[in-house]
Amino acid sequence: MPKLHVTTFVNGEPVEFLCEPYETMLDALRGQLGLTGSKEGCASGDCGACSITLDGRLICSCLMLAAEAEGHEIRTIEGMAKGDKLHPLQQKFLEHAALQCGICTSGMLVASEALLAKNSNPTEEEVRFWLAGNLCRCTGYDKIVRAVMETAAEMREMRP
Amino acid sequence: MNVVNNKWIGQRTIRPDGVDKVTGRAAFAADTTMPGMIWGKVLRSPHPHARIKSINTAKAERLPGVKAVVTSRDIVDFTIEKGAVMLGIQDMRWMCRNVMARDKALFPGHPVAAVAATTEAIAAEACKLIEVDYEVLPWAIEIDDALKPDAPILHEFNRFDGKPSNIMGRIESRKGDIAQGFKDADIVIERSFTTRPVHQGYIEPHACLISVAADGKTTIWSSSQGQFMVRAMSSMLTGIPQSDIRAIPAEIGGGFGGKTIVYLEPLATLLAKKSGRPVKMVMTREEVMRATGPTSGSKSTVKIGAKKDGTIVAAHGSFYLQAGAFPGSPIRGAVGCSFAPYDIPHVLSEGFDVCSNRSKVAAYRAPGAPIGAYAVECVLDELAEALKMDPLALRLKNAAKEGTKAAHGPVFPRIGYIETLEAAKNHPHYAAPLGKYQGRGVASGFWFNAGGESSAQVNITEDGNVVVTTGHPDIGGSRAGIANICAELLGIDYKRVSVIIGDTQTVGFSNLTGGSRVLFASSMVVTQAADKVIATLRERAAKIWEIDPEAVKWENGAAHPVSPNAGQFEPLTLADLAEKAPLQGGPIGASVQLNTQGAEGGFGTHICDVEVDVDLGIVRVIRYTAVQDVGRAVHPSYVEGQLQGGVAQGIGWALNEEYIYNKDGKVDNPGFLDYRMPVCSDLPMLDCALVEVPNPKHPQGVKGVGEVPLVPVMAAVANAVHNALGKRFYSLPMSPPKVSAALDAPAQQAAE
Ligand code: FES
Ligand code: FES
Repeated sequence: MPKLHVTTFVNGEPVEFLCEPYETMLDALRGQLGLTGSKEGCASGDCGACSITLDGRLICSCLMLAAEAEGHEIRTIEGMAKGDKLHPLQQKFLEHAALQCGICTSGMLVASEALLAKNSNPTEEEVRFWLAGNLCRCTGYDKIVRAVMETAAEMREMRP
Repeated sequence: MNVVNNKWIGQRTIRPDGVDKVTGRAAFAADTTMPGMIWGKVLRSPHPHARIKSINTAKAERLPGVKAVVTSRDIVDFTIEKGAVMLGIQDMRWMCRNVMARDKALFPGHPVAAVAATTEAIAAEACKLIEVDYEVLPWAIEIDDALKPDAPILHEFNRFDGKPSNIMGRIESRKGDIAQGFKDADIVIERSFTTRPVHQGYIEPHACLISVAADGKTTIWSSSQGQFMVRAMSSMLTGIPQSDIRAIPAEIGGGFGGKTIVYLEPLATLLAKKSGRPVKMVMTREEVMRATGPTSGSKSTVKIGAKKDGTIVAAHGSFYLQAGAFPGSPIRGAVGCSFAPYDIPHVLSEGFDVCSNRSKVAAYRAPGAPIGAYAVECVLDELAEALKMDPLALRLKNAAKEGTKAAHGPVFPRIGYIETLEAAKNHPHYAAPLGKYQGRGVASGFWFNAGGESSAQVNITEDGNVVVTTGHPDIGGSRAGIANICAELLGIDYKRVSVIIGDTQTVGFSNLTGGSRVLFASSMVVTQAADKVIATLRERAAKIWEIDPEAVKWENGAAHPVSPNAGQFEPLTLADLAEKAPLQGGPIGASVQLNTQGAEGGFGTHICDVEVDVDLGIVRVIRYTAVQDVGRAVHPSYVEGQLQGGVAQGIGWALNEEYIYNKDGKVDNPGFLDYRMPVCSDLPMLDCALVEVPNPKHPQGVKGVGEVPLVPVMAAVANAVHNALGKRFYSLPMSPPKVSAALDAPAQQAAE
């Protein structure tokens, strides 16, 4: 089968690529697009290390075909900071030491950003259930949950 | 200890590698490419136990796109008859057979060949074309099956008690005379326990990218807990000298002990050598679950005798640990650590290393110790109950302290175990009320901690800042700890210190990131290097001022005369001296290499509250407090992180994690969906109470902290479940089906 031609937006930039029909979005991102911030922990939708958003909706990029990006808007961890200005979540993760090895961090941040876009005032329980699809083996989640809650509080103050 | 002020030590600074990790820039093992790179794949045995009669790779080699195929013939053989060749704790006889099966495949997933091809798909296709003629043999997976008199024997050469056996070895620690001890006891409790093998569960699968030039110069890019281990093992298994192998440590996405050995690197090196192309290999999650790690499953019996007043007089533990396909289960940890928190006159602790047809175990956080502690700390809970004593009071009464001789040998120096018990007792958690179907358990744990070889360089840049190079992969924030210490010693802002991890050809030999040794050992060498740098800086200032170096002190990042008597001079800062360096004797820097000593063992005491859903059999941890003597918390957030991460892993081990085998002897749950590690919604906040009893043998008082926090967890959870339900579980995990079954059983009957 010939390769498929895909035109899409990644982190706000127009992007074109060719992919195999069976290729996942995660493979396309990490391979030809050179965006290795999204990680592969399982390739089966169980770890969340590959989290991205598709038109604002949180998904596992390992479960999406690259060809499905046609005409849509993809956002990845690489698009989270604005230039050299970190997103408040990125800053809080650093301040709270909410990462140890850091392999889950991209996915955690993308998922947390998607949560805060929907719910600016999540309870601890809401944070925990929202992030239940993102595995972290290092932190026990404590500092991650705190960082997300504190970011939410600060962001609420910033835009009254 | 030479640190007086505390501007940086103890601060929650932003880690040096942090921004790279929150922006997706950090390069982990699978994140790099090289020009001309091709892909490697492994063909694995489908059988748990089979003799390999022949392997025919001809068809695979002819497939267009295939560039190289390797089998065990390409790997250096360490023959069994010639005896052990040790690299650290690994015997190369087993390593060479684990990376590629030789005469026999010993577990499903055991590599039998590897292929490199221009695409991953072609490599996978080629694997299917390799013809392996197997003679399938009977197999044994569980310890009981491996110990049966007619059990299939994995290693025919092995004898135990004069007979062919899967018991590959026995060790013991002994103190006093247990027969006498048990005679002295008023009460004796003896119980047997089982635990299941659990995987380290790092989220980053094993991966590497390797190039071998025509002259043999080799570059290995991989994530591991030790680039020097990778270099040495790859060298020994391929025959390429270490001086030709540059092993570059990628950022590592979790290890927990599981990345202290190699799987892919020797294969990729040989494929790269044969093909002349850089070869990348990345395991799938399924390969990780079938063929790497885990830690041992176990069967233990623990017997403890005490006086009526709670004084423990005798203890006997026997621990059978699964090694998997090759010898080397962590019996030393189980035998040595289990009774170490207690001052017991008569102890016998013995461990048996049992092979069976599952993947070779790898280290997992305090290897062996959590298995032993689970048994011992549960028996202590029963003892406290029988004696109507508070379980912390029972532990306090028998706690090891300075001067106690542990059964595994050492006489303890000043240790902080009692402090952890007291902190737990006084913690508000311990007195908090409990509701219906809720229960509270406590448990303690010990881990040896390690020192060993470390190297570091401290160099002053031309603009007066600092670059520290160490040799230990940083998994949990150790760079931040080193930066804190270096900023403290040099009296400069933390941000002016850059800490990097050197590759094998740029920094001196440094042993594994393991044994909770990294901050202990590397801060010791970095301190010595920084002291040398400071001595140089004082000499330089003395020369400029034309006074004696003894008359110069280093303070707040600058040289000052020690007193007005020494002369009146404006301080010379690090930047001033760096600028003048070319005219004053040249570059400023120092490198230190040491075999560090004095890593004292660590102790922790945990309090766990659970709530049991009695309809569904689901146990939830609702509150948890980990108390630990951490020596000195150089970066408290990353110390807490170690405690919290260890606790989460222990909760998974206690409640959910296990491999499920099908009737063909294969793992039936080789993925994160069915091998269920704790997710965010499973856990509460995990509280930490850091007790700081400084290690007198370390310049900053550092003790290892990473492994202790896993040791007490399973017992703390099990004791809490008992407190909630009045039922004891003698086997892990306490998963919903098991808990439901126990709840349905008649009330007084003990659970399985
Ligand atoms: S890699 Fe996509 S969920 Fe794990
Ligand atoms: S920080 Fe290592 S998996 Fe989350």
